[in-house]
Amino acid sequence: MPVKRVDKTHMPEREAQQRARDFLEVNDGYALSHAAFEAERCIRCQEADCVDGCPVGVPIPEFMHAIAMGDMRGAAKILRSANPLPAICGRVCPQEDQCELVCHLAKRFEPVAIGHLERFVADWERAQPDDEPPTQPWRPEKIAVIGSGPAGLVCAGELARLGYPVTIYEGLHAPGGVLRYGIPEFRLPKDILDWEIDLLKKLGVEIVCNVIIGKTIKLDELFDDLGFTALFIGTGAGLPMFLGIPGENLNGVYSANEFLTRINLMRAFQFPQVETPLKVGKRVAVIGAGNTAMDAVRSALRMGAEEGLIVYRRSDKEMTARVEEYHHAIEEGVQFHWLTNPIEVLGDEDGWVTGLKCLKMELGEPDESGRARPIPIEGSEFVLPMDNVVLSIGTTPNPLLVKTTPGLETNRKGGLIVDDGRGETSRRRVYAGGDAVTGAATVILAAGAGKDAAAAIHNDLSGEDPPSNEENILGQASQSAN
Amino acid sequence: MPKILEKRQLTPITQLFRIDAPMIAAAAQPGQFIIIRVRDGGERIPLTIADYDRDAGTVTIVVQEVGATTRQLGAHEPGEEILDMVGPLGEPADIPSGGHVIGIGGGFGAAALLCLMRELTNRGDNTTVILGARNQELLILVDELRAACRNLELCTDDGSVGFKGFVTQRLEQLIEGDGPGKPDHVIAIGPPVMMRAVAELTRPHEIDTHVSMDPLMVDGTGMCGGCRVSVGGEVKFACVDGPIFDGHAVDFNEAVRRSKMYVKEEEIAACRAKEGGYV
Repeated sequence: MPVKRVDKTHMPEREAQQRARDFLEVNDGYALSHAAFEAERCIRCQEADCVDGCPVGVPIPEFMHAIAMGDMRGAAKILRSANPLPAICGRVCPQEDQCELVCHLAKRFEPVAIGHLERFVADWERAQPDDEPPTQPWRPEKIAVIGSGPAGLVCAGELARLGYPVTIYEGLHAPGGVLRYGIPEFRLPKDILDWEIDLLKKLGVEIVCNVIIGKTIKLDELFDDLGFTALFIGTGAGLPMFLGIPGENLNGVYSANEFLTRINLMRAFQFPQVETPLKVGKRVAVIGAGNTAMDAVRSALRMGAEEGLIVYRRSDKEMTARVEEYHHAIEEGVQFHWLTNPIEVLGDEDGWVTGLKCLKMELGEPDESGRARPIPIEGSEFVLPMDNVVLSIGTTPNPLLVKTTPGLETNRKGGLIVDDGRGETSRRRVYAGGDAVTGAATVILAAGAGKDAAAAIHNDLSGEDPPSNEENILGQASQSAN
Repeated sequence: MPKILEKRQLTPITQLFRIDAPMIAAAAQPGQFIIIRVRDGGERIPLTIADYDRDAGTVTIVVQEVGATTRQLGAHEPGEEILDMVGPLGEPADIPSGGHVIGIGGGFGAAALLCLMRELTNRGDNTTVILGARNQELLILVDELRAACRNLELCTDDGSVGFKGFVTQRLEQLIEGDGPGKPDHVIAIGPPVMMRAVAELTRPHEIDTHVSMDPLMVDGTGMCGGCRVSVGGEVKFACVDGPIFDGHAVDFNEAVRRSKMYVKEEEIAACRAKEGGYV
């Protein structure tokens, strides 16, 4: 029977003072006892809104039941039937806006800690791998996936499970996309990412790095010369935006993408054991208040900055970062300058950053985004002394592939236009999903889009619908029975 | 992984590598570049494509052993492989056809003129290369460049061969009508100071001038913005908008300043590489 406890089981995490100086993971994860204890809180609703709240439709009540019964292998199978990247999503999904938001318990108490349990079960599976042999694709139609971020990985995994030979093309030297270059080690350890990618390889997915579709190989060559039947574009939203204020090209001003890529992909925190450096001074301002901004400012502290500041023209109410990340940042000593609009980066005679000139703002009527519009307060100019400025004000889809591919239509923000739910672009049998379509969004929305596109590709090629999550679980159970 | 087929020492610190890279060779066009990484933990560095052979499936690069990666690459021998190599990146050179084009190469940047000038010559342009170095020993790819253009002009600071003086001094003479004569278009590839001097020289004559920028870069696909260059007051990314820009519009002061951002760290890493610290 479900057990009535009003609060979530607390996620053990490392001491803020200690963790803010290294790149090891912040959260320690549940122990087995925590997991069963928390899963017992699920009341197994008839109408499980949590499942609808999940972009990949994880059968959450069944998942909870398996954990509560102590059947971790079963729980892992249920989880993986719907989500090919559970160890990642359990760490980076905004569950508070999705499954946990609509959890019936949340009406009166705290919701079930679905995210923490997802992370726990995926980690349990990693520690106790089952010894299922690698599978081989059996269908004739080859499928190419462009980009190895969350959308591409999930799409590839789903298609591989349906029997298609899948090749992922990645432009960088290591797969994972934003999971590799964007999300820091302290939130998503790279060995977790490597493990999830290895599982895809076990399904027969081939990953080719250092190939940029649109440059090394044109999109049409994938069809004409390399014999692919269908394509999925998951090239993300990798193009950083700048503010266009004076001083933005001074030495010591970075886009969050550059700042984080040097740290995460190139491991600049190990310089000079590795060759890629990153200059981080005593005071670092990060402009913006999304998850990427939190990642950047917390990374700055770990790179040795004495002070890390968030500078945001709106207030904490309009901040787009997850509450968990915001709290972690506060605990680690990040300073928040709300209603502060940067108007100029100041530099010395050698061209290095010395300060950030800002204006105080107040909130007015809601703007087109529905959030209160920030309005400058006249005469409120002031200067924050600063050594580095990191711009984290958003990214847009990378136009590289579109520029070199005839017939691929985009919207005015550069996102690929696709038909709803299926993900087919303006080109026949060219599908797309994730940030390349929506602009910068979340890992799980990209995963969901990858999954939907895989189903649409399968339907397109075979005329069949892919098995439901329930059928997947049964299929896996019968496979393990054999 | 791309295998090194040929290695040639061009000067005591300059080396040419011909690399087996059929996919890149098939797609490469003059003016574009590649990014390489030579070991796990290594940096990603951009290198201009000096030449390519689509039939043989090879790409040629020329490097100067100055940094951590180029020193490690310099120790590679034919038969060995390069860990990571991606490209071609950037936009191809776009020089209007039908006129007299002068290509100016300084230092190892001259190598980047090779495939470009050959293509311009083949399409019927009148082509001149002004190749400069401190002395005769340091001039690179003289025979190859001679074959790639109609007129080759050599310059050395000490006068050991050709014109005694800088490439810009010889260019000035040509603009005034000497030798192969005044150009309709100029493309300069080399150190920023040289490219700036060329651009300043051609500006009063309103000669269309292209320069190939080589800023700090990480991914090379427009993702990090580390390579931003101010061109005519607009911010451009050298990796996707360039690397070739209008020489009269580039803010060279900013470019030089930005290129020095990691001088100290580059020295530390280069020393470490020299001492065999990266294996």
